[in-house]
Amino acid sequence: MRKYVPKDNVQGKSYYTDRFWVAPRVPRTEVEAEGHFAQVLTTLAKLAKEAYVELGQMVIHIDASQNFEVMKTLKEACGYTQCSEQSAVDYLAKDGEFELFYQLLNITEAKRVRVICRIKQNEAIESIEPLYKSANFAEREIFDMFGIKVNNHPFLKRILMPDDWEGHPLLKTYPMIGDEFASWYEVDKIFGKEYRDVIGPENRDQARIERYDTKRFSRVGYEVPFDADISAGETKTDIEYSETVLVDYTKNSGKQLDERR
Amino acid sequence: MAQHKVNYASSAGLPIVLTSADKLVNWGRSNSLWPLTYGLACCAIEMMASGASRYDFDRMGTIFRASPRQADVMILAGTLSKKHSEFARRLYDQMTEPKWVISMGSCANTGGMFNTYATVQGVDRIIPVDIYLPGCAPRPETLQYALMMLQKKIRRESANMNKNTKQNLRLV
Repeated sequence: MRKYVPKDNVQGKSYYTDRFWVAPRVPRTEVEAEGHFAQVLTTLAKLAKEAYVELGQMVIHIDASQNFEVMKTLKEACGYTQCSEQSAVDYLAKDGEFELFYQLLNITEAKRVRVICRIKQNEAIESIEPLYKSANFAEREIFDMFGIKVNNHPFLKRILMPDDWEGHPLLKTYPMIGDEFASWYEVDKIFGKEYRDVIGPENRDQARIERYDTKRFSRVGYEVPFDADISAGETKTDIEYSETVLVDYTKNSGKQLDERR
Repeated sequence: MAQHKVNYASSAGLPIVLTSADKLVNWGRSNSLWPLTYGLACCAIEMMASGASRYDFDRMGTIFRASPRQADVMILAGTLSKKHSEFARRLYDQMTEPKWVISMGSCANTGGMFNTYATVQGVDRIIPVDIYLPGCAPRPETLQYALMMLQKKIRRESANMNKNTKQNLRLV
């Protein structure tokens, strides 16, 4: 039997790790001296801090303060006319930084470039919306999901979550099932905070069945008055879950693993 | 058992129907259940299939309406996000009484597999539900069955909705 490891905060750390698993890495190669990417690098000159090729795409690391300049050069001098994707990655726990990336496409050369920069938690980034119209929604999404402010954006407003939402859901610190605000959002908004007691907390247990619940359920053809007791003297037994049935088999508990022993 | 003497010859051969007001009203209500076209996610595809010619909801008197003012039933077909919950409730409020709600599919019933921050964990948190329809997504036959169960439920009810105490919890 595998050793029991507490399963709370499973998002924070995995409770099962394969000792022999090696994280797959995309092979990195140097930028070839002759060719399109080398030309791009010479055009960028000192703007590019580091560059390599991954899966036929060039990855360029830049300084976050120079992002507009870099994108302008790439668009106007190197022919990268499309910004197909733009987002951020939360590395706050590891490095205290966000990584922002821009995925660019050159249609005439059929080449792709990824521009990567890093910003600190409370830093803002310059908008590239004047260059690429697609950046408008992408930067709003970055703001919505990570809370990264974008300077000179024409309309920096939440795009996915409601305007009155609190928190930025794609941050690693944001719980998957939502915080206090998120769990009461619809109740607070529709009925008001005083209705929290009437409606009750969210049921996150998908398997919960309440046989004798006559407040919310009535069987068609067997209707009973509201909140009537239909248990007929049967005592309520709580459903046991995997966490609760994990029995302590150490010497102190005195329990045996197998009763047939 | 009351004995009625019906002279078919004198009343132009018309048969006479004896009924109660409840029966008559509920007969009308249950056989013209007009649902609101309210597809939220993939369950809506099954709902559309139910309405189309193969499964043919029209033969049960179920005709989808595009306005909540003309609808009797709200079929919540799919995942209800928290952002949208306000509008779902508003549509429900806009429906005229008497009104019923079918929660179609796992997502509408309990939040389904979307155990996340952005999904309402069961539409019964904001709207009183009459029929919970399990499945992911429920097949058109299942939706038909749910509708027939709702008809059955309506026929057992009193025509005066205020008298229906043997009912689900009605929020507000």
